[in-house]
This record gives sequence, C-alpha cells and structure tokens, in this order.
Amino acid sequence: MTDLKRTGLYDLHLRLGAKMVPFAGYDMPVQYPMGVMKEHLHTRSAAGLFDVGHMGQVILRAKSGQVEDAALALERLVPVDVLGLGVNRQRYAMFTNDAGGILDDLMVANRGDHLFLVVNAACKQADVAHLKAHLSDDCEVTEITDRGLLALQGPTAEAALSALVPGAAAMRFMDVGSFDWQGIPLWISRSGYTGEDGYEISVPDTHVTALAEALLARTGVAPIGLGARDSLRLEAGMCLYGHDIDTTTTPVEANLTWAIQKARRTGGAREGGFPGASRILRELAEGPSRRRVGLRPEGRAPLREGVAILDAAEGGAQIGTICSGGFGPSIEGPMAMAYLPSSLKEGDTVWGDLRGKRVPVVISPMPFHPTNYKR
Amino acid sequence: MKFTEEHEWLKVEGDLVVVGITEHAAEALGDVVFVDLKDAGLTVAKGDEVAVIESVKAASDILAPLDGEVVEVNPALGDNPALVNEDPMGKAWFFKMKVADLSALDGFMDEDAYKAMIG
Repeated sequence: MTDLKRTGLYDLHLRLGAKMVPFAGYDMPVQYPMGVMKEHLHTRSAAGLFDVGHMGQVILRAKSGQVEDAALALERLVPVDVLGLGVNRQRYAMFTNDAGGILDDLMVANRGDHLFLVVNAACKQADVAHLKAHLSDDCEVTEITDRGLLALQGPTAEAALSALVPGAAAMRFMDVGSFDWQGIPLWISRSGYTGEDGYEISVPDTHVTALAEALLARTGVAPIGLGARDSLRLEAGMCLYGHDIDTTTTPVEANLTWAIQKARRTGGAREGGFPGASRILRELAEGPSRRRVGLRPEGRAPLREGVAILDAAEGGAQIGTICSGGFGPSIEGPMAMAYLPSSLKEGDTVWGDLRGKRVPVVISPMPFHPTNYKR
Repeated sequence: MKFTEEHEWLKVEGDLVVVGITEHAAEALGDVVFVDLKDAGLTVAKGDEVAVIESVKAASDILAPLDGEVVEVNPALGDNPALVNEDPMGKAWFFKMKVADLSALDGFMDEDAYKAMIG
C-alpha cells in the first residue's frame, strides 16, 4: 500500500506510537497505545485531539464578491438554508442527487466574504468536481490542499485551546472565526463529531505538528484515533457517510430533516430548487417508508454493520440491516443504527441475527449518550 | 505451555488441557467487551468454534485445538470480559477440555517457536 497519502501529522502519529491503518486513501491512526476504549472515555471526561486532515477543505467564493451569491449558488446543490446562515456561523448540510440520495454530508461556514466547506475524505474529489460542474458560472471553487485540520473535543477542550488562542473561549456551538497563534492564521469552528463541546482547527501544514504538540502539552489532552472517533460519533447518533447515509438514502429517510430548514421546504421562501427536491419534499410531507433509527441490543454482544434485523424472535422476515453498530464505552453496552419501516416506533422490539441467534433489540432514541455542546 | 498458530495457549492441568489466548492476541484484539462461551459438556472436533470474543474492533472465534470434550468454561469472563486484556495468560483462561491423548500436545509450538512466529 505504497500509494496511501499522509497528513501533515504522519510523523507525529508514529512518534506517539499510533497503529496506522488505511482509511479513505490515507494512512491514518486507528488508535494510540491508550487503546480505543480508554481513548473514547478520555474524550468524554477530558479532551481528545484528532487528526482530521484527510478531510476536504473547500472555499467557495462568488465571482460577484458577495457571500450571498455564493450561498444562493450552493443552495442549488443542498436542501439547506445557506443564505440564512449568519456571518461566522456554520451548519450541517448534504449534497443530494436527482433521486434524492445523499452524495456527501458536509459542514458549511459563512466566513464573511466566502463560504468554507469541510467534506468527507472519501468524497472530496467528487465533491470538488460536483461543485465546479454546477457552480463555476457564479463561483470560484478552491480546494485547500496546504492546510491540516485538527479536532479538539471534550469538556476540557475550551481550557486547552483558549490557553493558546484566548478568543476561542467566547465562541458558541457552531461559531466560526479567524484567529492568530504565534503569527499563524487559524480558522476555528466550535464544532466536531463526538457529541462533546470542542473545536475544529484549520492550520497551515507548515505548523500543524507544532500546534498539535502545543495542544498535547496541555493538561488533559491526549491523541485519539479513528477507532474511538467512530464509537464517539455513534454514541452521539451521528451518521458516517458510506455506512449510514449514501446515494440510496434520502435525508428524510436518514432522519436528517432537522438540517432542512423551513426556507427550503414546501411553502418556504426558497422552496425546493435542489437535486431530488420532488422526492425529498414529498417525503417531508407524507413521511418516508423507512427511517434511520437507533437500536439498543439486549446484553453485551455488539451487533455490527451488516447484521440482519428481523421482525420476529423465530421465523419472520428481514426488515432491515444494521448500517453502523458497535460497543459504546460510555453507555457500557452495544448500540447500532438501521433503516427500518416507518411503522415501527421507539420502544418496539425487533431482533438481530447474531451468528444464527436472535438477539432482542429495542428501537431507541438517539443520541445514545447525551450531547454536551456549548450553546 | 504450548501454543497454536491461532494464538491460543494450551496448558496441561492434571488430565485436562486449559485453553486461553496469548497476550499478543489479546493486544491485537483490543478491548474485549463480550465473551460468548458455549456450555460445558460439549463434544468438539479440532477446529470447532468454542467461543466468540467481541472486542471494540471485531468478533473473533476461539476454536477447539484438539478433539475432545469441553468440561469447564470460565464463568469470570461473562462477568468481566476485560479480564482477557488484563490477564490473558492467567485468570482469563477460556475453557478446559478432556482429550483422548495428552501426547497430542507435543505437535504444538513451544514458547520460543511461538515468539519466532509472531516476530
């Protein structure tokens, strides 16, 4: 696997004793010597530092110079109110296709004179091509390839980052801003993908290692790998693209309707006008035939991706398949997500097929572990 | 103590063979969260599944190293699966089995050969 790409933190990962694995074309740390379970719990009780430099960073700038024009252009590709996003604010979005499926999910920030997008590593080439193909008449699409991205997550993230960047403490959940650290320009958002308070920090590659080391030197900050990142996001009920959402799932089926603001819905100021609008608006009105739900299997055995979900303890029919599943260190038990018929409700019991044994599984609210954001 | 290519250790205790997984295997599995053991009394052939270990990463099978009868399984693993990470070579034994001929153990690796295999 000599063709794997590396982030700017590769050498630091090796120095920290990380176990490296291929992920989305990158050689990435899956865990450090602490191990997945302790890394997960450490992030919930103190602070975890994640290398998310494999993700795509994209600037969208309107040729008119007006950020509103970039927002209106991007709205042609996402079912999200981008125009209503205030300066220095960020929100979650997804690119849809003509069938209403999801091409990728992303974060969109209004940085005053341009939009800043963070997209998934595995999709970034396709996303940039998609943006260029559809928005080049109005916008310049620039992929940022000389900056790393760090996520600092957990209850002591604020103390750790504000020791280096004092202004970070005053930010609220989903605020973004430009800051200076020893003369280095940082683009910071108060967000993340763990359910905890924290930040994502875009930093020039030339200084990503120095910033990571400075953060790791703060009390309570430990490096955390992709293994714990996955169990943290699953406990928080968040989707992983390619597993929980993809081109065959609509945002309504995926239970992401909270991300489709009123302005883009039927009767809204800018109703529709995004790929797949007819299906997505119809599903919003009539309800989808299936929906992504949370599952809590009985006992301690994790039911993982691919496990069949059935409607009876014996016999019966398969009604879905687990798309993400594992053990939640903070909830001390197994958890999973699956798409199940909308007729099923929270509290209903279904059954997972674990190596031929039917395990009772209760449809449960998400997040599985309460989120802890700084509102 | 003897070792299998599947990273199990085998120890003779009276006329029984005690089976567990090596420290190397426990470390590779990561944090163990659940151990699914078959019931004692099971007659097994070499290669039959006797237990499944679920870690935060994946599920792995523990196979019978020899033909025989599983006469005892370790109840402590059900209550505290993390024992597999804490003491894989000691308290976290998986099962004890009765085999026809204890000399069959001679065919397995000794500690030096196992260490050479895992590098």
